[in-house]
Amino acid sequence: MKPGRRIFGTGFVFITQASAFLIIGLVIFIFLTIIHGGWNTLSLEFIFSSPKNGMTEGGIFPAIAGTFMLVFIMTILGVPVGTITAVFLCEYVKKSSPVAKIIRFAVNTLAGIPSIVFGLFGLGFFIQFVGRNMDKVLSPPGELIWGQPSLIWAGLTMALLTLPTVIIVVEEAITSVPREWREASLALGATKWETIIRVVLPNSITGILTGTILAVSRGAGEVAPILFTGVAYFLPYIPTRVTDQFMQLGYHIYVMATQSTNVEKTLGIQYATTLVLLLLTFILNFIAIIIRYQLRKKRIA
Amino acid sequence: MIDSSTMQKPKISVDSLNFFYGKSQALFKISMAMEAQQVTAFIGPSGCGKSTFLRTLNRMNDTIDRTYIEGTVMIDDQNIYAPDVDVVHLRKRVGMVFQKSNPFPKSIFENVAFGPRIHGIRNKSDLYSIVEKSLEQAGLWNEVKDRLNNNALGLSGGQQQRLCIARALAVGPEVLLMDEPASALDPRSTARIEDLIGDLKKNFTIIIVTHNMQQAARVSDYTAFFFEGELIEFGETKQIFTMPKQKKTEDYITGRFG
Repeated sequence: MKPGRRIFGTGFVFITQASAFLIIGLVIFIFLTIIHGGWNTLSLEFIFSSPKNGMTEGGIFPAIAGTFMLVFIMTILGVPVGTITAVFLCEYVKKSSPVAKIIRFAVNTLAGIPSIVFGLFGLGFFIQFVGRNMDKVLSPPGELIWGQPSLIWAGLTMALLTLPTVIIVVEEAITSVPREWREASLALGATKWETIIRVVLPNSITGILTGTILAVSRGAGEVAPILFTGVAYFLPYIPTRVTDQFMQLGYHIYVMATQSTNVEKTLGIQYATTLVLLLLTFILNFIAIIIRYQLRKKRIA
Repeated sequence: MIDSSTMQKPKISVDSLNFFYGKSQALFKISMAMEAQQVTAFIGPSGCGKSTFLRTLNRMNDTIDRTYIEGTVMIDDQNIYAPDVDVVHLRKRVGMVFQKSNPFPKSIFENVAFGPRIHGIRNKSDLYSIVEKSLEQAGLWNEVKDRLNNNALGLSGGQQQRLCIARALAVGPEVLLMDEPASALDPRSTARIEDLIGDLKKNFTIIIVTHNMQQAARVSDYTAFFFEGELIEFGETKQIFTMPKQKKTEDYITGRFG
């Protein structure tokens, strides 16, 4: 072997190792910075109280609650629609049919649209069009109840944003249900519908959960889609109706870092808020992993 | 043709059946009759159409895209391809056991109860007695009665296949189609399935596809030999294996090709 080749080989190994360590190093660096900056501010009181003094003191409870509500609405609107779409794609249309191709094209396009565009769409379609027209029919004359930014419209916008993820993941899960089980069910006299409900979906549950987790993790962190559709700069209370505005952790961080009256003073709050957002995402993921693990164990036991 | 005056009316009679996968024809002009409470075996080399033919008898081929059928299949007095036939009802009458045992990833009890539940039986004690009876008929009850709530995937291969038979019996079929039910099993489990077929034929009309000629000779009363989508010869098993009328049948059963 020529010495040059050996040097290239060793060099390449070094580069791969270096880039792997770079990533690990970055993760550790980011975490340590956030923990270091936020640990002293983080407390139960911080989590369970409202911002005070023009948001330079106090806690972030409204933002945590708002984030939960938004994610909840997004999930109950988006996951069923995504699952049903995936069922339709897998079970009711042929893979090569024009309908399936058009839907797949739409799903892939949707997945590639920048999230700020979803926000604009939510404002233009849900609020200006759907909401305003609902007000014309449902609300007292001259009053805006539905035709303004709120939880429901932000949730819907987020549901749209996460729809492609849910569809793709659930589709994969449905496709992996063995054909033999479907045949067994059909041969016992089950209809296609009964086979889907009793055999296909129960055995796709881990996939549906995975899709939900991915949607939730993404939904908890996205800010752009809710900018115009419902998030509030500051609210002293927790939203009680779907037509209320809400605070959200990601947006709260942005506000504190750029719009605050005293950025220096709130640094601790900013770090602690970021830490809460990260922990929240991790906890959600962790719960989902445990659920999946339990389900899998139950299937094998 | 079978002379109806001297013989009991056949359970299933097939007349000039042609079957197509898209443009390619898989079955050519099949006509034959299968007797009630008898075992009819389909033999023939791989790809001869025996499994496809079996699957026309409970319309399982309906689930495959772009398949097309001509001719009639009469079960008792009903043409199962008539437009007014309820496929769900048909598949309740004609059960099926597959080559690869395919229990659901549920408990043993839930596997057997799946069919009855679908057909509207909710009462727990009714379900239990159906499950018990079906497992007994499939010769599995004594092995599993203490662990009905265990996952079916924990059973051995032979037990899983008998569980699938029990599951098929639980909806109360008249005909049982078996598509190479023992081909993935060891000799002992195979022998158990074969004994079981002998017991089951008292109550059911059984049609079995097999690539194992000794098996066909052991378990069946009638044998049909298929080759390249055509029914070459059909008759009593004893006659087919001792004095086949067709040269092709003889060549196949003596192992000259296959």
